Amino acid sequence: MKYAYYPGCSLRGTGRAYEESLLAAFRLLDVEVEEIDDWNCCGATTYMSVDELTSYALASRNLALAERDHSEIIAPCAACYLVLNKTQHYIRDYPDIKLVVNRALDTIGLKYRDKVKVRHPLDVLLNDVGPEAIAAKVKVPLNGLKIAPYYGCQIVRPYSTFDDQGDPTSMERLLEACGAKTVRYPLKTTCCGGSQKGTLPEVGLDLIHYLLSEAQKNGAEVITTVCPLCQFNLESFQKEAGERHRQTAVPVLYFSQLLALALGAPADTIGLQRGFVPIRPVFAKKEIAYA
Amino acid sequence: MELKRTIKFEADRDPEFVRWISHTVGGERIRHCLQCGLCSGKCPLSLYMDYTPRRLMHLSREGFKEEVLGSSSIWLCTACYACMVHCPKSINVTHLLYALKQRAIEEKRYPRRFAIPVMARQFSDMVRGSGRITESWLIVKVFLRTSIWRLFGMSGLGLKLLRTGRMPLKRERVQRRAEIEKLLDSVAATRKELAI
Ligand code: SF4
Ligand code: SF4
Ligand code: SF4
Ligand code: SF4
Repeated sequence: MKYAYYPGCSLRGTGRAYEESLLAAFRLLDVEVEEIDDWNCCGATTYMSVDELTSYALASRNLALAERDHSEIIAPCAACYLVLNKTQHYIRDYPDIKLVVNRALDTIGLKYRDKVKVRHPLDVLLNDVGPEAIAAKVKVPLNGLKIAPYYGCQIVRPYSTFDDQGDPTSMERLLEACGAKTVRYPLKTTCCGGSQKGTLPEVGLDLIHYLLSEAQKNGAEVITTVCPLCQFNLESFQKEAGERHRQTAVPVLYFSQLLALALGAPADTIGLQRGFVPIRPVFAKKEIAYA
Repeated sequence: MELKRTIKFEADRDPEFVRWISHTVGGERIRHCLQCGLCSGKCPLSLYMDYTPRRLMHLSREGFKEEVLGSSSIWLCTACYACMVHCPKSINVTHLLYALKQRAIEEKRYPRRFAIPVMARQFSDMVRGSGRITESWLIVKVFLRTSIWRLFGMSGLGLKLLRTGRMPLKRERVQRRAEIEKLLDSVAATRKELAI
């Protein structure tokens, strides 16, 4: 089966490494994806808070476009994943919203039939591909690299059906299949503050610090994320957060970067050079012989 | 000595606000709130809030509009859904906070230092014009219209993003841009027609 692929805006900007590594992993695992034709921004967070109806209409264009040729959409960005899911739920539950959306789609010759399923890559990798199949294809074992798996909030809450809402384990199962070890990380679904760092910096920095210091305390050598904004927050403000609390220096990667690396993708094709906290010394220490 | 009234009276309540909150998306069940406080306990931001989510639920359904719309909590909420998934009465607390935020913006009651209208405007202009967001352009536009100092403060970060190729300046665009305009116009028209 070929999945529809919805990159979303961030994966073409600050989150480029996520797309590069995820598509590399998909290729190595024979997961076929096709980018949604002429997709548009899903209208997540910023729009949501001021003008929700518009964001549902924007999201529904992507759903309708995908539905023409596909039965499942892969949405890697946590915000997109949530908004696409939320839009489906709200169209089902609220007749007014359905009316607005259907009329809007009608003006551009599209129809939304509620036939498409929105899935996160973690879900697809774990449940459609499977950890055994992944383990069988590992070329560069991660040699017990210690990982704090950070899910953030939006992929497990409130709509996700593929994992637990407070203590998910998909990322652990995937990365352990690649030879990594995961550390205990009770804050794994506690919010990093989202864009709070921009609006109320003190609060944002506190939240970011708790996440970082807990990972470090539990012995993590790297934090893995599933969301461009989580990744950005955790890696970019370590110094500032450290000034308020205690310094940390933990590399923050997308889970897909480690997955692709383990499957044998060359390091410079999966965005490792795009991180701010260098990861190569960690790989060297663990004697991970990446391509 | 300045004396301040600390209790609230029936007369302070705004019945219109009660009607509005219980008819807003997600507000249908607000009457069922048990005041158990699980939402506040699960909220990572409640330590910073003036009214915790539990208190906001109660103040809202009782119609204390001033307190609710003036609360810092609306702006602290990051929509992480921890409250909602733990509520024993399945109340969509997150969505209610969204609704309160929208109402506060409508009534122009946002903290001065927040660039909310500027952000929202730049964001929607960009979506209308290109159908997609090019982060680099959005950031520059927002900063140019707010405070230049913040741009300097962030410039170290901006340079890092540029150096690591994470700030591509190429503008992302939808091919069939007319569709986006039509879509947005239609939403506006239906909203007006149905007054929603
Ligand atoms: S989540 Fe943000 S960046 Fe991703 S598509 Fe949606 S609005 Fe654009
Ligand atoms: S943890 Fe932060 S960035 Fe990640 S999904 Fe939640 S709010 Fe967004
Ligand atoms: S968790 Fe639900 S029932 Fe309990 S106080 Fe919060 S909103 Fe009310
Ligand atoms: S959604 Fe908002 S109110 Fe609810 S727990 Fe998260 S931050 Fe707190």
